Amino acid sequence: MRNRTWGFVAVGLLVALLLAGVVSSYASSHPDGLDSALLKGCTVDAEGEITGGSCPAQQEKEHEVGGPLADYGIAGIDNDFLSTALSGVLGVLLTFVVGGGVFWLLRRRGPAGSGDAGEAARDDRQPAGTTG
Amino acid sequence: MHISNGIINGPVAGVFAALALAALSFCVLRGRRDLDDRLAPMAGLVAAFIFAVQMLNFPIFTAGVSGHLLGGALAALLVGPWVGALCVAVVLVVQALVFGDGGVAMLGLNITNMALIGTAAAYLLIAGLLRVLPRTPFGLSVTAFVSALVSVVVASQGFVLQYWLGGTTDLGGNLAGLAGTMAGFHLLIGIGEGLITATTVATVAKVRPDLVYALRALKPATPATVPAVGGAR
Repeated sequence: MRNRTWGFVAVGLLVALLLAGVVSSYASSHPDGLDSALLKGCTVDAEGEITGGSCPAQQEKEHEVGGPLADYGIAGIDNDFLSTALSGVLGVLLTFVVGGGVFWLLRRRGPAGSGDAGEAARDDRQPAGTTG
Repeated sequence: MHISNGIINGPVAGVFAALALAALSFCVLRGRRDLDDRLAPMAGLVAAFIFAVQMLNFPIFTAGVSGHLLGGALAALLVGPWVGALCVAVVLVVQALVFGDGGVAMLGLNITNMALIGTAAAYLLIAGLLRVLPRTPFGLSVTAFVSALVSVVVASQGFVLQYWLGGTTDLGGNLAGLAGTMAGFHLLIGIGEGLITATTVATVAKVRPDLVYALRALKPATPATVPAVGGAR
């Protein structure tokens, strides 16, 4: 039972890695619904830069952190496909390690009504925080 | 639907940060009752999967506008409302801190809209629909589609509320215009969200019905003579 759940999680993670690592390069680059709504009233050029008019998006400020993975790419990699793919793969793994780690630490321990207490003890040797 | 820095003023962003922190703490308390050895790895997967699918912006048949999954309904169906909201919040924190998506100062606003409002609206609908619709793959798919679609539109109005409270540009009293534009775009985005959510949940339910939280937790309104799918726990 427990091993089957981990098997399912492994397959699901593989699907997520494929979506973030391959399919992501074919995603639409248009602004999303919120950004589009905030651009109403302004004119934008082909790069999405505001060229005139008046709209809420004009008040937008720089991101505080930025960082090497900002905007789902990797700074220094010129190949767009590779840059997006690698940032996506890193993001999926990071989210799984952070999320899985937090949830694993928060989980209820001890007998949970069914007979999986022994398995719970056995599983303690593989915290999710060390994977990836 | 990530708010960038400068769109909502600091005080309102701060109030929503405090609100989000309090709500997420409550989610941790309630979510721990659900989090067992089976749900914990599943929740990690749901967070990672939502991160991946949020990268996949799809066009919405309105010139120059795209949308992406928010994930509240998907998370609520697979791991429940409390852990589900935490899953979406984890994704938003990673995106803000590492990927420059959504301002760090705006994190409370974004968590409120996408993780809290989105998941809560979805789960209220899921709880209602799963009790009245037949326990068939079709019934589950309809539940997933409708709850996902509505949750996206409701979440978009969360932003309109925040903009009303602390938007940095004077709309000249035309808040209704912003509300209408947001609702229209997100109705179309919600169709995409509904299709992705229904497809994903139907697939999981087919392979491992016991891993779909909503099927385990929500019993049909009329006690059925046959046990609910994956009801054994």
